[in-house]
Amino acid sequence: MKATQEEKMEYEQYIKQVTPTHSTVKNAYRAFITGGGICLLGEFLNQVFQKNGLQKEQAAAWTLIILIGAAVILTGFNLFSKLAKFGGAGVLVPITGFANSVVAPAIEYKKEGQVFGIGVKIFTISGPVILYGIVASWLLGVGYYILILTGMISGGAS
Amino acid sequence: MKQGKYSQRFEHNVFITEAASVAGKKEGEGPLGKLFDYVEEDSKFGEDNWEAAESQMQKQAAEMAIQKAGISRGQIQYLLGGDLLGQTIATSFGVMDLDLPVFGLYGACSTMGESLALGSMLMNGGAGEYFLCVTSSHFATAEKQFRFPLEYGNQRPKSSTWTVTGAAAVLLGKEHGRVKVRGVTPGKIVDFGVRDSMNMGAAMAPANGIIGLCSG
Repeated sequence: MKATQEEKMEYEQYIKQVTPTHSTVKNAYRAFITGGGICLLGEFLNQVFQKNGLQKEQAAAWTLIILIGAAVILTGFNLFSKLAKFGGAGVLVPITGFANSVVAPAIEYKKEGQVFGIGVKIFTISGPVILYGIVASWLLGVGYYILILTGMISGGAS
Repeated sequence: MKQGKYSQRFEHNVFITEAASVAGKKEGEGPLGKLFDYVEEDSKFGEDNWEAAESQMQKQAAEMAIQKAGISRGQIQYLLGGDLLGQTIATSFGVMDLDLPVFGLYGACSTMGESLALGSMLMNGGAGEYFLCVTSSHFATAEKQFRFPLEYGNQRPKSSTWTVTGAAAVLLGKEHGRVKVRGVTPGKIVDFGVRDSMNMGAAMAPANGIIGLCSG
């Protein structure tokens, strides 16, 4: 049975009233603390690496490897989801969230085999990010190329 | 016998002869905890994966119901059962060893009621002596199939539901039992346009409301 438009609207208003939601202020505060903490850790690592003689780019690469590695290990011990429950977007937006979204399906589907389990399912969550990330960078590249051709910007140092 | 438009009133005896339930740790800690026949601390039920765990749970519930009733398995005419998984694998692997003819059902949250309604009608129609109705769900298999991998970090909205880890088996018989099934009224599908899959309560509530209106 399909409800009429009027019934639907009335019901929608009702559920909006009674459905409990998380406090946005509290969530934003927790995300700020957690996300900020991760960034602080990243910056600290970056500085330490540079102080010890690594080039700027090498230091950045090592920082990323350590943050990703930490996220992967925490996911394996089922601690990452607890952190995400508290920090929300604070842990999901940095590269740690991406690492978790790849490792979690890999662990879950390991039982179904290396190819049909891990192979097929590993990008079920991060797949859209990868797909539209590539599409977006391609579109921007085309736009950039057109701007260079038309002489609206210079072609850069290269 | 048909009663009203969509209901059935039974002229023969249909009893809930016996019932058994198996639940997970979290459910055991809840307000209904003491009422379950068996609470398993190990969420994998001694198995290697979540799906096998759910099958094991369903098997335990079915065997327990048969044992509590003190009947032999051969006296059961048909088994009516289902679960939430694709191709109802928890049921097919779970009840395989019982060696009974099976009707596989898929009614999501209504599978228990659906099996009881169909089993009662079969019994009233004189199709057999006993019918076994079984259902299960497992938090981890449901999360895996419908939501996210367990280790994925996401924040559940407060309105999101938590799929029960539990299985139940109900034995219908015509001799005796504390509960008598006098009739059944199946429900219709009701859609009030709720699109939020993290708010199943809101999506399902109108169906109950309509039943309330009809009976009120």
